[in-house]
Amino acid sequence: MPVNSTHYLFLSILLFSIGIMGALMRRNAIIIFMCIELMLNAVNLLLVAFSKIYGDPDAQLFVFFIMVVAASEVAVGLAIIVMMYRKVHSVDINILNRLKH
Amino acid sequence: MEIYDILFWVLSAVAVSCALGVILSRNPVNSVLFLILTFFAISGHYILMNAQFLAIVNIIVYAGAIMVLFLFVIMLMNLNADVEPQKGQLVQLAGVISGGILFLVVLAAIKTAKPEIMDKTSTGIGLIENLGKVLFTKYVLPFEISSVLFLSAMIGAMVIGKKEETKPLNPKTDEGYIK
Repeated sequence: MPVNSTHYLFLSILLFSIGIMGALMRRNAIIIFMCIELMLNAVNLLLVAFSKIYGDPDAQLFVFFIMVVAASEVAVGLAIIVMMYRKVHSVDINILNRLKH
Repeated sequence: MEIYDILFWVLSAVAVSCALGVILSRNPVNSVLFLILTFFAISGHYILMNAQFLAIVNIIVYAGAIMVLFLFVIMLMNLNADVEPQKGQLVQLAGVISGGILFLVVLAAIKTAKPEIMDKTSTGIGLIENLGKVLFTKYVLPFEISSVLFLSAMIGAMVIGKKEETKPLNPKTDEGYIK
């Protein structure tokens, strides 16, 4: 069976679900960030696949903009994690529950 | 089986197994290395689909810049020892089940979709020339806005990451408060 759009849909959903599982399973804030990157990449892969199927370059530019936003998001997010590490000396997200009380 | 199909299955297997390695390995440094391998496999998919520019950008920006930033932060915090506290078994199981249910639901939703045939012949839409023309005509405003976004993200990261000076709240006690 030759590769068609269903294969790419399957692969992207699998990668996205693995990212969701990781974000729910782990307590390390950095690993959760990495799982978010994994989910963004799963979406990028699907956009490129449909750009190939329909011969449209717009989707590839969307992927380009997603990469731009992801890069700036990582810069700010890691700065926040470093600041949090300075305050509580841990990257465990279960410590960050002060807004609950 | 054409060479395209063989490459597709090999790259998919590498991507999925390395993605599982990201969430299952205990050491954060191993997670970062697995994620870099996943990005390389996804770049291989891009090359397979004639998106050469995106493949190069993916390697340079993701594997080269973002993951090195992650590695720096992990080594800065000295997290490479296995000191990470784990969630309880029940919470982990709940995470796996909810992720798996999401997978099944979306899969059931797209199962009946008509498969679109991939055109395996090489096209030029992923080349820099073509993408640049579209980027600087149709998408020139989002392009400029993204440069402003980068600037504000850079300033924001520097302001957040700056060492905060503490001022004594009460000169007798040494208790400081954050300005």
